[in-house]
Amino acid sequence: MTRTTENRPGSATDVTPGATPGGTSGSAPLDVRPAGRHALLVELPDAERTGAFHAELLRRRAAGTLPPVAEIVPGARTVLLDGVPDPEALARRLAGWEVPASAADDAGVVTIPVRYDGPDLTDVADLWGVAPDEVAARHASSAYRVAFCGFAPGFGYLTGLPDELHVPRRATPRTRVPAGAVALAGPYSAVYPRATPGGWQLIGTMPDPAPLWDLSREEPALLTPGTRVRFVPVEGGAA
Amino acid sequence: MTAVELTVVRAGALTTVQDAGRRGHAHLGVPRSGALDAPAMGLANRLLGNAPDAAVLETTLTGCALRPDHHVTVVVGGAPCPVTVDGRPAAWGAPVRVPAGAVLDVGAVTAGVRSYVALAGGVAVRPVLGSRSTDLLSGLGPAPLRDGDVLPVGAAGSPAPHPALPFAAPWPAPPAELVLPVRLGPRTDWFTPAALRTLTSATYRVSPHSNRIGLRTEGPVLERASTGELPSEGMVLGAVQVPPDGRPVVFLHDHPTTGGYPVIAVVTETGLAAAAQGAVGVPVRFTPVG
Repeated sequence: MTRTTENRPGSATDVTPGATPGGTSGSAPLDVRPAGRHALLVELPDAERTGAFHAELLRRRAAGTLPPVAEIVPGARTVLLDGVPDPEALARRLAGWEVPASAADDAGVVTIPVRYDGPDLTDVADLWGVAPDEVAARHASSAYRVAFCGFAPGFGYLTGLPDELHVPRRATPRTRVPAGAVALAGPYSAVYPRATPGGWQLIGTMPDPAPLWDLSREEPALLTPGTRVRFVPVEGGAA
Repeated sequence: MTAVELTVVRAGALTTVQDAGRRGHAHLGVPRSGALDAPAMGLANRLLGNAPDAAVLETTLTGCALRPDHHVTVVVGGAPCPVTVDGRPAAWGAPVRVPAGAVLDVGAVTAGVRSYVALAGGVAVRPVLGSRSTDLLSGLGPAPLRDGDVLPVGAAGSPAPHPALPFAAPWPAPPAELVLPVRLGPRTDWFTPAALRTLTSATYRVSPHSNRIGLRTEGPVLERASTGELPSEGMVLGAVQVPPDGRPVVFLHDHPTTGGYPVIAVVTETGLAAAAQGAVGVPVRFTPVG
């Protein structure tokens, strides 16, 4: 069963090197586009397959079977492979890959304690059609995964929120969102690693946000792409 | 060797520490950063016998002034500018010995945007994630220089760790017109055929809103074939991103690692070095390469 019903404007065929409909049943062919002389942008049909393809890239890199790639940068529906000495050769190899529908659940789980005391808690409760004191249980009951990072070092975009709980950004962004703010926008949840301007809806606070970005660690980011995340409500904040 | 410290007498409009930047952390949201005119940094370092990517100072339009507490040899290159030591004219683009306590003044550029001050031994601030570069987007690395700051300089080594070039090599002149070679894609299909023709035939100008994050342009609008929203995706150095106002922005070294506007083309490495020296108002043309 091949499902390639993705509806993107235009076609990528005129800029796709080594485009080969090499997908087997159950695995959509990869859409591989050049991005300059030394990078490839690989587009996938959905977030789940993007996560699975990213996990497969990391697995092959760890096993030493991936050609040299300086950066593997996942996005919402893409993975960018940058710093590739021979992108044409890599594109030909990728054409033969089979990507499973979703990543294996073998990545580590990070637990984030949250005081559900954010200034947008009641707005989000209204959007969800629940009482404010039910937001914590609804948000914390989902299993999340870091889809990609961006915006600031260590800022992870977490998927896993059910469709019916997606909320828009605030109409007016805040000039300062504090470090540790637990926030929602569209399909994503996030925890701000440091104070920045931001337009997301703030529903809670991670009491000690320092581990989110710690340059004294070998891996400075707590929420690296692929990491699974659970939010755990904790007491102690004024609601 | 005696450790040299530099006192910043005049920081200038924007002077930052730069080297080859941070690679391998884009997936964490960490920009690449690094000297915008990498060949200029490399040539200035090689004239001193430094490694080509030893940390240097990158100035912006108005230069800077520095006072070392021990004598140090420097090269000022990149955008041409007057150079003086205690008020006396000194060489641009070639090694200059600055005595202990003397003031090296790197003047305002006469063309281009960014001059580079390389010092024998290199700027020796503590690296962050493998680089000493100031990243203006994420705030990683040392803050931009301020008057009165003191910077450590590394041991120059004797003999120099790399053979110094025997004399000044020719420096490219800052461009009177930026001709930026581009490879089309990855998102050409988000634009109308007319937009592709416009990109590769129209003349844009460097916008005053340009910075280390991006070279912004003024000129004709690039029309999209679709008004949809692009899900966030990874961005490469040199990406020509087209925001909703339709004017192309060339991503420079402090660019965000992911973005949600379509990239119509990517500027080549040689084009990026030229873009680093494109002053406000300079004409910009994009020319496709294979």
